[in-house]
Amino acid sequence: MTTATTPASAPGRASGRERGGVPGRLPWPLVIPALLGLAFLVLPLAGLLVRAPWSTLPQRLAEPQVLQALRLSLVTATIATAVCLLLGVPLAWLLARTAFPGRRLIRALVTVPLVLPPVVGGVALLLVLGRRGLIGSWLEAAFGVSLPFTTAGVVVAEAFVAMPFLVISVEGALRAADARFEEAAATLGASRWTVFRRVTLPMIAPGVAAGAVLCWARALGEFGATITFAGNFPGTTQTMPLAVYLALETEPEAAVVLSLVLLAVSVVILAGLRERWVSRI
Amino acid sequence: MSGPAPDLPPHGGLHARLAVERPAFRLDVELEVAAGEVVALLGPNGAGKTTVLRALAGLTGLTGGSITLDGRSLHTLPAEQRRIGMVFQDYLLFPHLSALDNVAFGPRSNGASKAEARRTAEALLERVGLVEYAAVKPGRLSGGQAQRVALARALAVRPRLLLLDEPLAALDAHTRLEIRAQLRRHLADFDGATVLVTHDPLEAMVLADRLIVVEHGSVVQQGTAAEVARRPRTDYVARLVGLNLHRGRGDGAHVKVGELLLSTSDHVEGPAFVAFAPAAVALYRTRPDGSPRNLWRARIDGIERHGDNVRVHLDGPVTASADVTPAAVAELDLSPGQEIWASVKAAETHAYPA
Repeated sequence: MTTATTPASAPGRASGRERGGVPGRLPWPLVIPALLGLAFLVLPLAGLLVRAPWSTLPQRLAEPQVLQALRLSLVTATIATAVCLLLGVPLAWLLARTAFPGRRLIRALVTVPLVLPPVVGGVALLLVLGRRGLIGSWLEAAFGVSLPFTTAGVVVAEAFVAMPFLVISVEGALRAADARFEEAAATLGASRWTVFRRVTLPMIAPGVAAGAVLCWARALGEFGATITFAGNFPGTTQTMPLAVYLALETEPEAAVVLSLVLLAVSVVILAGLRERWVSRI
Repeated sequence: MSGPAPDLPPHGGLHARLAVERPAFRLDVELEVAAGEVVALLGPNGAGKTTVLRALAGLTGLTGGSITLDGRSLHTLPAEQRRIGMVFQDYLLFPHLSALDNVAFGPRSNGASKAEARRTAEALLERVGLVEYAAVKPGRLSGGQAQRVALARALAVRPRLLLLDEPLAALDAHTRLEIRAQLRRHLADFDGATVLVTHDPLEAMVLADRLIVVEHGSVVQQGTAAEVARRPRTDYVARLVGLNLHRGRGDGAHVKVGELLLSTSDHVEGPAFVAFAPAAVALYRTRPDGSPRNLWRARIDGIERHGDNVRVHLDGPVTASADVTPAAVAELDLSPGQEIWASVKAAETHAYPA
């Protein structure tokens, strides 16, 4: 690890060195905290792997409660993502492509669920969509629909928390995309809807995909808003994170197994996103 | 969106007055382009040429004026209903669609069936000689090919007005010649009105029937290439066509430019321009005998190579350029800062009313 640069150094290392900037001894006030930080992030995950009951893993994974929670989680996260795509992409388009008074304020509002504690989100949802809520009471009276403590409620809670991820990602993609292609399409006679469908959407597809995956991952891990708004009923509203939390009190080993499953899902997502997104930030 | 019948008689054309006002920029331009005619908008950067095209296409809103094409009022229509073919400077071919789908996009958007649109697109790709590239995505086309696909795409909507924004600017010098010749042929075949924007006078002269020079958002001169080249009316045009241009006052056989009285073979009265070629300027170390007319004392501002000759920039009662041979430079021992005598023959000046 000296500063000597041999002409025949390996290409990978050479490029690494170029990026490193000024050559020289690495300063310990940076290196030590960096290594501690790394350990802090990686060790808990390692602990999860070390303490996992590997011998009984297959049986535990096959338990009906686990499968039930996993299926519920996957289904609700997927539906929530679909809802977010349906509502979030047009919202992102509106924010990126049109000018209206208060656009900046709306943009700020959209990102509120991103920083809001999810429990607070759950309470807010209850106040609006609960049986006595502003819209909830009307929904119940008019259609007999009640969202809280149902699977649909889980979807609502997840979508509420996850949508900003999608909107921000898609809006970024829209802003990065050259709007002059849309002008070219307009001169060719395409209506704004056709322009969006045949030009804009295909061009921002990678951004939409990345946003959808992030959104799905966030929905899958959702805990606070879900337990507040939808409760914790096995089979209908008990998703994986809720099952993990509950199992930790009664059967810690089961919690470890459930956590491992969520970890595996996360790793798969990360691997899938690596090219698109993670490498770019 | 029924659109006019495709077999409109070949008259009509474009009549437009375009007013666009933005902070620190004002465009007010009148355009008349007959069907079948090619008009080049020529002007320096920032003159408003591209704004003219964008306003015609409906991409930039007008603050005043009107646009009529073949008797149809366009300025109230949004861009997608104007049926104007536009070729953008960097083509803007849709990167996710093949060349064929790019060309078929227009017909498709105007309600043609998929098969019909593909047939139209194929015929147009055939016409620009790229039918074998139908399945290729724009990213894999060369600059010249992309330019031709962009032209085919613009023509696919059967426009009555074709707009070309610096159509050859993105090409390298070698391809440019070839594509220019092809473009000229396609424009000759096109029976609608064509407006093209360029800052290259040669391009304008080769491609267009008529030039309109735009500076600072307004038309400063228009006419055929020959007219514009013979009688430049602004410094920008004079520079483009390579003439010295001065504005003065004519009193018959003379034009008074500042302190200098230039005699000319043309007869002008009142405000007048006088133009002469740099090659018509003769330089002398000492005051020449026989005292030719149009003689003045000048200071050499700079000397640079210009083709096979040397261009000498002169400062003095009038600023002018003189083209002399390298041998003359050596003989006269010219150097910047030097005082010198310059003259131009009356027969080689050209005077016309301002």
